[in-house]
Amino acid sequence: MSKIIETDPDPLTQELIIEGAGCASCVGKIETALNEVKGVKHAAMNFALRTVTVAGSVDTAQLIQAVESIGYNATSTQNSSDEELLDEKEVAEQKYYHKLMMQMWVGLGLGVPLMVYGLLGGSMTVNSPLERGVWLFIGLLCVAVMFFAGKHFYVGAYKSFVNHSANMDTLIALGTGTAWLYSMVVVIDPLFVPEMARHVYFEATAMIIGLINLGLALEMKARGRTSEAIKRLIGLQAKTARVIRDQQEVDIAIAQVLLNDSVRVRPGERVAVDGVVFEGATSIDESMLTGEPMPVKKTAGDEVVAGTINKTGSIVFKATRVGKDTALAQIINMVKRAQNSKPPIGRLADLISAYFVPVIMIIAIASAMVWLNFGPEPSIAFAVVSATTVLIIACPCALGLATPMSVMVGVGKAAEAGVLIRNGEALQTSSRITAMVLDKTGTITLGAPKVTDILVVNDMDDNIILGIISSLEAGSEHPLAQAIVESASEKNLALTKVEAFKAIAGRGVQGIVNSDNLFFGNEMLMLEQDIALNKDMIASAQQLASAAKTPMYFAINGKLAAIMAVSDPIKEDSVSAIQRLQGNGIRVVMLTGDNQVKAKAVAEKVGINEFFAEVLPEDKSTKIAELQAQGEIVGMTGDGINDAPALALANVGFAIGTGTDVAIESADVTLMRGSLHGLADAIAISKATLRNIKQNLFGAFIYNVAGVPFAAGILYPFFGMLLSPVIAGAAMAFSSLTVVSNANRLRFFKPKEH
Amino acid sequence: MMLTVNLLGLGLIALIVWWFWLYKPKLVKAKNVQDKETSNEGEITVVVEDGVYQPAHISINENNSVRINFIRKDASPCAATVVFPDLDISAELPLNKPLVVPLPAMNKGLYAFHCQMKMYSGSLLVE
Repeated sequence: MSKIIETDPDPLTQELIIEGAGCASCVGKIETALNEVKGVKHAAMNFALRTVTVAGSVDTAQLIQAVESIGYNATSTQNSSDEELLDEKEVAEQKYYHKLMMQMWVGLGLGVPLMVYGLLGGSMTVNSPLERGVWLFIGLLCVAVMFFAGKHFYVGAYKSFVNHSANMDTLIALGTGTAWLYSMVVVIDPLFVPEMARHVYFEATAMIIGLINLGLALEMKARGRTSEAIKRLIGLQAKTARVIRDQQEVDIAIAQVLLNDSVRVRPGERVAVDGVVFEGATSIDESMLTGEPMPVKKTAGDEVVAGTINKTGSIVFKATRVGKDTALAQIINMVKRAQNSKPPIGRLADLISAYFVPVIMIIAIASAMVWLNFGPEPSIAFAVVSATTVLIIACPCALGLATPMSVMVGVGKAAEAGVLIRNGEALQTSSRITAMVLDKTGTITLGAPKVTDILVVNDMDDNIILGIISSLEAGSEHPLAQAIVESASEKNLALTKVEAFKAIAGRGVQGIVNSDNLFFGNEMLMLEQDIALNKDMIASAQQLASAAKTPMYFAINGKLAAIMAVSDPIKEDSVSAIQRLQGNGIRVVMLTGDNQVKAKAVAEKVGINEFFAEVLPEDKSTKIAELQAQGEIVGMTGDGINDAPALALANVGFAIGTGTDVAIESADVTLMRGSLHGLADAIAISKATLRNIKQNLFGAFIYNVAGVPFAAGILYPFFGMLLSPVIAGAAMAFSSLTVVSNANRLRFFKPKEH
Repeated sequence: MMLTVNLLGLGLIALIVWWFWLYKPKLVKAKNVQDKETSNEGEITVVVEDGVYQPAHISINENNSVRINFIRKDASPCAATVVFPDLDISAELPLNKPLVVPLPAMNKGLYAFHCQMKMYSGSLLVE
């Protein structure tokens, strides 16, 4: 059936995944079609895996076309996975790091001995033919250092220059170049410069090249840590999946899992793709995605998400989203995008960096001119030193790195806590929120009404009463009826047949079960049916109502049997999360469609003073606008479906997801965990990130604003001090490292829990 | 002597201003896919090396989508990310491996693209 591929030195072997091949006879058809493509040497299909391996130098698109022309779909496995890309990136970075370190040793290898010699009182001047000879040799050695350790600066500077742009390379190349050129002029033609100025600066050139390579190497190491969060997310992807094909279980690479495949997950294994369970039961740890620490129970019909870990049981699920469509892949994508987007606070730095390098070049020339015109002798030496130092100390990188590095870490940190921030702007605005509107249903509460109390008046059992009422309510379409029926089915209570069922609008329902005459509904229904309610009963019902529950009366054969209360329970940690928000000085406002009494009860229970009750879904955005008109920066939190317009209108829209709905379009921030603590975390992280960005920007501005005049020699007239170019090189090399390290501090930020 | 030096300095400053700010760079036009005049998709290869995008300034026709094929040859981490801030698009460029960044059709205007730190920068002119 399938041919054996000969060992072929031709490296061009590619693999395609075939979709739609349901029978063994397809194999021959597909292989023939592929073998007919020009350039194909062999095509062999593995039917169990639905893959075909093609040898020969041929374009993948042509192969796909050939397969499609006979009615199947094909995709290439060539698209490297995130993980492969990451590995490649790490290998490349490691290589680059070693190269930079080697270049550093070359630079410092010449620079340090020269500098030590100078510091120990050795003559750095050219006064005798012997000195000329020695310095000429060192000058040429310096060229070798510039070539082996600093070539990238000079090539980069040249290429940028011809492209009418300038960057860090330009400054370093000009700075070290000026120092070297001046020194060479002194060596080759000492008479050209005044006697006092016959000083050489080869040590500066070599030291600067060495130090800046060191700075770049350390910066790269530190940068690697800024993307730790995304690496962790990518690492969540399982490598293989156990699928059931043709009644056989096979382990295959996850890239080969197809839609609707049956996938088995054994205890302790990672879920490979998204799907719906159809066999088995288990509990799954979803904390890595949602931040929710408790494992979640899963049985037939429940969704499972790629990247989560199966704890105890074994399940089989049907793949519903594979490859780039899984929630995890979407999360990775969204985090990557957000990490590269810039909050408005970074725009000033961007604007400055666009003009920065040419401005520094102008300052260097101006400074040299001032020294030449007004400086003491040897003015030319001072001019060269000051120009070199200005060029070297200026650090456009620190300025450029300030914002993106913090955003990288902050957005990643948020993702670890189950908070997906769409972009830099959302991050910045979140840190400035002054008022937070919380939708009641599904946000503060679970969004799923439940039977909370059954107060039995006669001597019947709770469950029997629940069973009878749910039998009666099974025919009703009221949302509360559904909650009752669900409660009964959770307890596995059997429903009995109801006769003469009747819904009484605005009152309740009636019917006959086991020849008992039943009424279930509100107080009005009981009064109309002349069913006696004693004071205690009415008081209990009122108590339930003021606790934000809906009480209902149940009567059997004209006698009150029980009071049942239904309510949408408040999430366990809503109160503490709301306290956290208020503790941050945020005005918390609740929004609900409920009536005043019920809204007030819920608001009081969770500690909210302000609420809007009886708000129709379409009026939610009006309330947001009202708050904005009061000058508030408004955050709105909802489920992202009913309140999309309000989320969109708010300064920042937060959608409370369920762990799998990552792509809630209307939201700026998606909280994957149902808890409102996610919201408090999101705000805490955004505040910490913004603070970090400000520290970085401040540091970078101050460094450049103070460093450049200092380098130009502004202190010389007062204190006789002039900065050495070597010190400038060291300062420049470590300024970017400082910014990256400060951003890395954010990795240790922990939002205060509860 | 001083006069010459000063004039030289001022001349250099003027040259810097002209070369880096006033000079209008030449645009390279994105070719239509398969050279079909009717195609609505442009295509261009940009090499990322030694601190510059080559070409850095690209022109595309209005309402044309464009596929930019980035080839990154520079190991420095600066070169690794390309950001199109106005389009909210960014991509991680693998080293020595082409990566196609598809861009949607855009309205007339100038769209910048750059690395995270703006050390590499380029622009798209949609006309």
